[in-house]
Amino acid sequence: MISYLARRLVQAVPVFLGVTFVVFLLMYLTPGDPVELYMGQAGIVSQEEMARIRHEFGLDRPFLEQYGRFLWGIARGDLGRSIVHRRPVAELIGERLPATLELSLFAALIALLVAVPAGVIAAVRRYSLLDNVGTLLSLVGVSMPGFWLGLILIIFFSVTMRVLPVAGRMAYGTGLEPHTGFLLLDGLLQGNGRAAVDVLRHLAMPALAMSAGMMAMTMRITRSSLSETIGQDYVRTARAKGVPEGRVVVRHALRNALLPVVTAVALNLGALLGGNMVVETVFAWPGLGQRVVDAVKTRDFPLVQGCVLVYALTYVVLNLAADLSYAFLNPRISHGKEG
Amino acid sequence: MGSRAWRAFRRNRLALGGGILVLVLSLSSLLAPWITPHDPLRGRLPDRLRSPSIVSASGKPYLLGTDNLGRDILSRILHGGRVSISLGLLVVGVSIVVGVVLGLVSAYAGGWVDTTVQRLVDVLLAFPYLVLAIALMGLFGPGFLNLVVALAFKEWVTACRIVRSEALALKNAAFVEASRAAGAGLFRILFRHLLPNVIPGAVVVATLRVGWVILMEASLSFLGLGIQPPQPSWGVIIADGRDYLFRAWWISTFPGIAILLFVLGVNLLGEGLRDALDPRLASERLSE
Repeated sequence: MISYLARRLVQAVPVFLGVTFVVFLLMYLTPGDPVELYMGQAGIVSQEEMARIRHEFGLDRPFLEQYGRFLWGIARGDLGRSIVHRRPVAELIGERLPATLELSLFAALIALLVAVPAGVIAAVRRYSLLDNVGTLLSLVGVSMPGFWLGLILIIFFSVTMRVLPVAGRMAYGTGLEPHTGFLLLDGLLQGNGRAAVDVLRHLAMPALAMSAGMMAMTMRITRSSLSETIGQDYVRTARAKGVPEGRVVVRHALRNALLPVVTAVALNLGALLGGNMVVETVFAWPGLGQRVVDAVKTRDFPLVQGCVLVYALTYVVLNLAADLSYAFLNPRISHGKEG
Repeated sequence: MGSRAWRAFRRNRLALGGGILVLVLSLSSLLAPWITPHDPLRGRLPDRLRSPSIVSASGKPYLLGTDNLGRDILSRILHGGRVSISLGLLVVGVSIVVGVVLGLVSAYAGGWVDTTVQRLVDVLLAFPYLVLAIALMGLFGPGFLNLVVALAFKEWVTACRIVRSEALALKNAAFVEASRAAGAGLFRILFRHLLPNVIPGAVVVATLRVGWVILMEASLSFLGLGIQPPQPSWGVIIADGRDYLFRAWWISTFPGIAILLFVLGVNLLGEGLRDALDPRLASERLSE
């Protein structure tokens, strides 16, 4: 087990380096002079001054040295400075992370709460009306753009029914002091029920829009995995011994069937984080997704670079976690050479 | 498709339904210049924000309503379909060719070639699809071909992995050994012997991925980083309606339904093809 862990961690190193290299290349290949972009708003600057700044930023160094400095920067948590905001990129990313994480985790929670029970029902009652309806809905779920679902939810809940707010994370005047950046948590910690409810009302639509795809996928995986396990000998044995059906399904079959579900969820969480930027834009959600979209539009390349790096590294870490959790949960998989 | 596979496919009513959906939407998009009732780019301002209706005072009705510039939504959706569907096919086409060639070479050559290609695959897999595409579009600037490159940049990876694993299994099969013993060159082994065997898998991957690429195009165009207005694509029309959700729900709703139906059709068709051609693929992750 330990050696498997170690090998898997070692395997992640070249991927990590590759990711940083691609991100560095993105910036390096950007057309136009970054110093000109940076100084562009500061008025006319002399050639000598430009050369001095270029030297200061290390832009006159050889390619590999610049990459080395970039890596060293990452190690120290320094991702450079934003051209538009004129503040450290790491800071600009850090202040947006809680909003994105809150939304993603909430969406994942909704997806799981619906998808796992739905998948279980579909697997237990295979080819019944419920199963067919569920299968069709899950196909629709993966075939529709999440941001469009968001717009449809707005038309329904905000325009027609007038029950949910269209944008943002919280209304003004709830008296909430944001400490952790996770507003729902802040509301609960401060015992501010009104604020917590308001935050939930803002979370509902974007989270639902984001969760549709994950919900559909998780349901399909739960269904197929559980259908397979239910046919196994040990499940038949449990039934033959007179274990009640509900217990057979939940305690015997589902426990083992959830293994591929866990892996898929961890991997999907990465996709969810990366895919949510369009939903964030629809709901004016002040998260990382909106930040990167704005950064691309204003050609703020250091900020784009930092965001892409954070997304990719999160993805690598989640992937690693998925692999490790799989190995941990399933003692049967061999940790032999093929890994 | 062999006759056995064809029979299996024909029995699958969902897959046939998906095929019909794809066919109808593709044909009506292809024929858009001849069958659409209105000009997709030039609207009539007096007719702006008309709701969907089957009658019209001025002659031709606006079946799915008009947008803020008085352009007919139905005509824009059909013309937009030309852009969205052809982009999907082009991106997947390019990616399949690259993925199949690299997958075959990677599997057959082994050694450092295989390691290099697979490391590249691992690195690209670490980037969320949309994040990478957005960053690349920021770098390249807007444009149809730039969009193709930005989406194909990662897209080939899926085909490459699947083709590689299929080719690895075949690499030491008796018929390949025999051909090698008979003095066949590398090129002949790769493209005459291995290629035909990985084609069914590649066809399934290609079909299932078209839907995904169309969803990504819609996202990018919605953000204003893909197809540029006034040129319609399904994502562009959804974006057009975003500021009018409170007054004209139909602008954003109908192009989304077009995407939903097309992608649903492609997914049903792809799953049907998979079950008929290459059931082993069922366990492969084909999303993201």
